[in-house]
Amino acid sequence: MTQLPTHTDKKLGLVIDLDTCVGCQACVTACKGWNDQGAGQVGGLSDQNPYGVDPSGAFLNRVHSYQVQPDEGAAQIINFPRSCLHCEDAPCVTVCPTGASYKRVEDGIVLVNEDACIGCGLCAWACPYGARELDMAAGVMKKCTLCVDRIYNENLPEEDREPACVRTCPTGARHFGDFADPDSNVSKLVAERGGYDLMPDLKTKPTNKYLAPRKKDIPQEASLLAPLLDIQATGFAGWLDKILGKIG
Amino acid sequence: MNAPVLNTSPVVSDQIRKTTCYMCACRCGINVHLKSGPDGKDRVTYIEGNRDHPINKGVLCAKGASGIMQVTAPSRLQHPLKRVGPRGSGAFEEISWDEALALAVSWMKPLRETAPEKLAFFTGRDQSQSFTGWWAQAFGTPNYAAHGGFCSVNMAAGGIYTIGGAFWEFGAPDWDRTKLFVMFGVAEDHDSNPIKIGLGKLKGRGARVIGVNPIRTGYNAIADDWYGITPGTDGLLILSLIHCLLVAGKVDLDYLARWTNASLLVNETEGPEKGLILKNAESQPFVIDRRTGMPAPWDGKGVQPDLGATYQGHRTVFQHMAEHYLSPDYAPEAVEARCGIPATRIHALAAELADVAFDQAIEIATPWTDFRGDHHDTMPGRPVSFHAMRGISAHSNGFQTARALHLLQIVLGTVETPGGFRFKPPYPKPVEAHPTPHFVTAPGKPLSGPHLGYVRGPEQLALKEDGSPARIDKAFTWENPFSAHGLMHMLIPNAHAGDPYRIDTLFLYMANMAWNSSMNTAGVMEMLTDQVDGDYVIPHIIYSDAYASEMVAYADLILPDTTYLERHDCISLLDRPISEPEAAGDSIRWPVTEPDRNVRGFQSVLLDLGHRLGLAPMVGLDGSPKFKDYADYIQNHIRRPGVGPLIGFRGADGDQTGRGDANPDQIAAYIENGGFFQAHVPEDALFYKPWNMAYQDWAVKTSFYESPQPYLFNIWSEPMRKFQLAAEGHGYLQPPDHLRAQLKLAMDPLPVWYPPFGEDFARAFPVHALTQRPMDMYHSWGSQNAWLRQIRGRNFLYVPTKIWQEHGFEEGDYALVTSPTAEITVPVAHMAALNENTVWTWNAIGKRKAAWALDDGVAEANEGFLLNHLISELLPQREDGHRYSNSDPVTGQAAWFDLRVRIAKAAPMTHTEPDLPPIPRVVPQGRDRA
Amino acid sequence: MNPAPSVILFTVLSGIGFGLLAFLGAGFPVPAGWTAFFHWGLGYALAVGGLAAATFHLGNPKLALKAFSQWRTSWLSREAWASVATLALLAPVALSDWLGLGWPRVTGYLGAAGCVVTVFTTSMIYAQLKTVPRWNNWTVPVMFLAFEGTGGAILSGNQWPTLAGCLALAFGIIAHLQKGMLAFFYAGQTIGTATGLDRIGTATVFEQPHTSPNYLMREMIYVVGRKHALLLRPVALLCAVILPWMVLFLLPLHPVTYGVVAIIHLTGALASRWLFFAEAEHVVGLYYGQRQL
Ligand SMILES: Nc1nc2c(c(=O)[nH]1)N[C@H]1C(S)=C(S)[C@@H](COP(=O)(O)OP(=O)(O)OC[C@H]3O[C@@H](n4cnc5c(=O)[nH]c(N)nc54)[C@H](O)[C@@H]3O)O[C@H]1N2
Ligand SMILES: Nc1nc2c(c(=O)[nH]1)N[C@H]1C(S)=C(S)[C@@H](COP(=O)(O)OP(=O)(O)OC[C@H]3O[C@@H](n4cnc5c(=O)[nH]c(N)nc54)[C@H](O)[C@@H]3O)O[C@H]1N2
Ligand code: SF4
Ligand code: SF4
Ligand code: SF4
Ligand code: SF4
Ligand code: SF4
Ligand SMILES: [Mo]
Repeated sequence: MTQLPTHTDKKLGLVIDLDTCVGCQACVTACKGWNDQGAGQVGGLSDQNPYGVDPSGAFLNRVHSYQVQPDEGAAQIINFPRSCLHCEDAPCVTVCPTGASYKRVEDGIVLVNEDACIGCGLCAWACPYGARELDMAAGVMKKCTLCVDRIYNENLPEEDREPACVRTCPTGARHFGDFADPDSNVSKLVAERGGYDLMPDLKTKPTNKYLAPRKKDIPQEASLLAPLLDIQATGFAGWLDKILGKIG
Repeated sequence: MNAPVLNTSPVVSDQIRKTTCYMCACRCGINVHLKSGPDGKDRVTYIEGNRDHPINKGVLCAKGASGIMQVTAPSRLQHPLKRVGPRGSGAFEEISWDEALALAVSWMKPLRETAPEKLAFFTGRDQSQSFTGWWAQAFGTPNYAAHGGFCSVNMAAGGIYTIGGAFWEFGAPDWDRTKLFVMFGVAEDHDSNPIKIGLGKLKGRGARVIGVNPIRTGYNAIADDWYGITPGTDGLLILSLIHCLLVAGKVDLDYLARWTNASLLVNETEGPEKGLILKNAESQPFVIDRRTGMPAPWDGKGVQPDLGATYQGHRTVFQHMAEHYLSPDYAPEAVEARCGIPATRIHALAAELADVAFDQAIEIATPWTDFRGDHHDTMPGRPVSFHAMRGISAHSNGFQTARALHLLQIVLGTVETPGGFRFKPPYPKPVEAHPTPHFVTAPGKPLSGPHLGYVRGPEQLALKEDGSPARIDKAFTWENPFSAHGLMHMLIPNAHAGDPYRIDTLFLYMANMAWNSSMNTAGVMEMLTDQVDGDYVIPHIIYSDAYASEMVAYADLILPDTTYLERHDCISLLDRPISEPEAAGDSIRWPVTEPDRNVRGFQSVLLDLGHRLGLAPMVGLDGSPKFKDYADYIQNHIRRPGVGPLIGFRGADGDQTGRGDANPDQIAAYIENGGFFQAHVPEDALFYKPWNMAYQDWAVKTSFYESPQPYLFNIWSEPMRKFQLAAEGHGYLQPPDHLRAQLKLAMDPLPVWYPPFGEDFARAFPVHALTQRPMDMYHSWGSQNAWLRQIRGRNFLYVPTKIWQEHGFEEGDYALVTSPTAEITVPVAHMAALNENTVWTWNAIGKRKAAWALDDGVAEANEGFLLNHLISELLPQREDGHRYSNSDPVTGQAAWFDLRVRIAKAAPMTHTEPDLPPIPRVVPQGRDRA
Repeated sequence: MNPAPSVILFTVLSGIGFGLLAFLGAGFPVPAGWTAFFHWGLGYALAVGGLAAATFHLGNPKLALKAFSQWRTSWLSREAWASVATLALLAPVALSDWLGLGWPRVTGYLGAAGCVVTVFTTSMIYAQLKTVPRWNNWTVPVMFLAFEGTGGAILSGNQWPTLAGCLALAFGIIAHLQKGMLAFFYAGQTIGTATGLDRIGTATVFEQPHTSPNYLMREMIYVVGRKHALLLRPVALLCAVILPWMVLFLLPLHPVTYGVVAIIHLTGALASRWLFFAEAEHVVGLYYGQRQL
């Protein structure tokens, strides 16, 4: 089963807009909250020393913050959410000795079957993107499920059938959709804004795409303001006449 | 390939209850999911945003989405506690609620009967201020305020005195139409989610966002353009922009003439009236009508006010203003060095503003009628909008800077126009529509009116006959006349110093005064525990908290509150509502789950106390409690005839809005409606609200005021000029001499800039030190949250490249940071996207050992730190021998961001200094997640 | 990568164990009676002990048997099969040597081949990982097999194979070091490609996504102290290769000598394997701005 499907009907995934992400971490705790319930695909996400030294738990989504220095101009801060990219050539799947890791034929979502996972960690080693975290209490591997237990969930209202992180993102920096459909919102965004892959050379063919921040620090083309008249010469009275003359 | 069969439709929960989040003061709507556990009790299993809610429209922030870790936190207080050991270090003993309330009464009752002012009741980020204020008024003490004084009163007052409304959460940009949005000093604000949603809209449209901020994180990180300004100089930058616009004649003259006092005349006659607005025989301000050249009533039908008029030698405000700001002192070239922004960029920004405001103007085809009776076919708009928060207000020149920013909006003609800045009901509201301070006490009697208000002139200052301050925090005195929110940061220092007088009981609610909300934190702890011959200088301290915060350790009596999912609350239009520009809104909290501890909602406790103290409004005719609990009060309290805490579902059968009798089923109706209510502003009233009769009539109908209150924006502030006049020696009420100079400077009727007081130490302490709100933490509460503390369990002092290299800092280094009054040793980290003379850290990440039910060894308490130790509530002595409070001289706003420091590399360390000992534990240390 | 004792013991012990079994299976030497019992026993003990150690690295060992299911794609699964098959194939030969049953040796030859295959599969678990450039090359199987050969030769008391093995091993270790040192650089992944921010400029970490360590950092972001490495590398070479070579070249070939050499070699092998893990960098470290110098 850890053979990868040669073709998936849909290619579901996320587009993450780095021009819009303010790094608020909402998607991080929303993801934790949804998957910690143990109600759906993920059997909970444990935390070790929650109130002690070095608290550490399993999260399926992390938000980094980078400092970028362009060749010219001021340094920038770019916030960078990181979760499973649901790769087409997912190395995490093929290394799995038990078949617990697999990629769905229906929609390309990469999942861990916790009932079959021996917690060997090899998939986490094989993932270039740090998208898998071992649950220290359960001893099994955890990863983003693309909220497979939300997006098709008939117990949720239609409008809520989207990933928890997407639903909660206050700035709308996360977009969910089908990359196999050229007319989907995500495909369009990727086309318009030049969505890109992370570490493409590793040939994992990620489904998720990132939108680069728009060019910053280029003041708009508003020609500088021309003075009304030479105040030094005319004095304030002259300025006043000139400006009030303008009222129709 | 046989993939396992998944259940893609798991049942999420047994039931959903809709209430209001309170992980912060944004007050988003939440859906709380519950499942009944094995014991049959309902457990909260999941919290998500309420899509129908006007504030968050379904989204949640990091805090809100981890609320479940808050309501299950081991730091939750368990039962009332009485201090047995020494204050601040000793043990507590569990007592019953009856004992607790009896003890409180035994302290308070004698005070009420002899000297009500000896009770000081101050609340933190209280969301029931209209209720707690009402209680304090009934008790009769003048000493009541909430946290606004150390928070952002400059923003509130600066706005209200200028345009009759403010940024903060009281107004918002027209997110759907604005083309250029400029933020000054905003990291997060109370409107956390609305601002993020709005920024998302702008980004979606590719509209332009500009951030003016010494630090480029968060909102400023996604700004298309960043102005890394030198702290405290925004006023100068803004006035320079106004200068550029005036020089180029790019100002909205029509807007100025119609809607602002630019067209009123300034009295030029030497003497006590000089600089006041010229009045006619009926002591009404008037304008010169351009059609006739003759005086005409400012609000007369068809009147076309003449900005250029001169009448008997009295010139218009417009001329005073223009002449002032045209001065070369405001030229970009003159301010660039101070602001740390090149003149060319200031010119460019001015040009950009003018371009969008005037060359990209928009229009909505909605006819409307103004207060003069003049009809308008459309609503023209200038799609430039601004927002500002504590980056401007938390400086000692913040009030004037806030005014300057409003002036910039005014000259661009953007306020209340499509694409510009819009008020949220009950705003707009002119100064005249606000109360003035009430402070006169009489034993056993209530106060004659609300404590806090808007001073119009010296005669409204809260001074006793002998001229000494009537309030313990010295609010509404010559030191800071417009302190509309009080000065909570001066409460403990003044109470300790017995200046202006001694108090007996300090009653605090929801404010961590022994830690992150105080200046000079270590000093405050000493004040709280200081004794003279065996007695505490502050004899009694009663505190209501919900969690094991740093402050509880310093209380004599702890009244444990419920968490936000366990109680009734009321987010009222009498207070700080959840309105949006298109709709007035209020909401409730209700117990979606029952407390599993011996705790009580503080508001209900307050009502009980009020009854036991025999406070009239809380005692029924038969002497029984007037209100069973807070829920009862929310539904049945009548503030003014027909007006109560909630505007929705009023009247016996719940069909009235705004005005109407109490409705016994009101709360049920709110719950039914998702926990909130909205009254929508009519189509033709959506813009130009201060002058739009359709809005004015709707506002009266909806109970915001008793009669229409159209008004003109105050470019020239008469109340301020009155204080200048006093300082110049006019009038019978005179300031102490040492304050005259300060009043003349700060109470200028036109927005001005003066260096923040921190500047005095610029030479010895060249570096600005700031804090920012982390989006994922709420002050001190966040660290008790098992998920949030994994994300942000420690903080660093961020150091700009210049200073980093200067001192040869490396990763892992600690720095000795010295302010004029204290020093701390803290870990540093490098940041390039930062003003080169500024260091900063995240606010309130540092914790006291053993607080919040955390292990003594946690990073928060060992590597984390506060800047507060460095910030003094009193500035070092000036030449005149006086020590001034570290506050804005107009409003008393705490000047947190005036802080100046010196920085040096410290010897290798593994923990921060000061390294304070643990506080007594009031709950057991947390082990595993509930 | 985290140099966890479980994985170090697993790879080192099973390597040597299968090495010894290979020699026995191939009939160099053909021990008899209790000597056979001791030799074969040692081989089995090391191989099985190594495999057992591996299970300590599992979060959920009770399902360990499932690891056999994915031999089509998973080197770990193949290793499971190879090792069990090998041990099974050799069993009859071991018995016959011990009890002198004189059964045919064919399964022995096959088993010997199996030993090689097994260690090869083990090495491929690491060599297959593109995410760890230092491992992702031919030197890993070469080094692992050289260790197998040398360790096996020593324990089976074969002088010339040992001397040859030592040379191969020297080559393997040096080749791995030489290729490994710059592998990460040649793999071309940077914080810029990991985030795509190389489009705008040079990226560095401003803030970590969490202020206390998580699984990723513990498991995959192990930063070795430079001093450690500088000290351990010579120790590894000396003990694993040079000393055994010299001793067996110079000293009389007495079983005790072999015992001593075995212990020295094992020490070297452990040191070398510790470095193998500790010095290997995973690309995920880029997201955390954690690179070894
Ligand atoms: N250096 C620096 N210091 C600052 C600031 C800064 O920018 N820099 N900002 C200042 C500002 S603007 C503010 S508003 C203050 C905020 O400072 P505080 O008002 O002290 O804010 P918190 O620490 O969030 O909350 C105070 C207390 O409320 C308690 N609490 C939480 N929920 C409940 C509840 O439901 N019921 C009750 N009874 N108690 C509850 C918490 O446990 C905590 O002890 O900090 C100020 N301090
Ligand atoms: N997540 C979260 N949200 C919160 C809170 C929280 O603790 N956490 N606290 C709430 C409270 S009580 C308040 S008062 C609000 C405060 O809301 P904000 O005012 O947005 O919060 P601060 O962190 O005080 O932001 C001050 C900003 O001003 C900048 N700044 C400082 N000095 C200057 C200056 O001189 N000029 C300019 N242009 N910028 C300057 C700082 O860099 C920082 O970005 O947030 C509220 N919302
Ligand atoms: S919720 Fe949205 S804005 Fe916030 S960190 Fe996640 S992606 Fe970025
Ligand atoms: S991101 Fe990592 S875990 Fe997700 S599919 Fe790709 S390789 Fe596998
Ligand atoms: S940890 Fe679980 S999912 Fe990952 S490779 Fe091992 S068995 Fe497969
Ligand atoms: S899609 Fe679901 S599981 Fe994946 S990161 Fe978002 S919330 Fe978490
Ligand atoms: S902003 Fe976040 S914490 Fe504040 S009320 Fe909204 S969801 Fe709750
Ligand atoms: Mo605040």
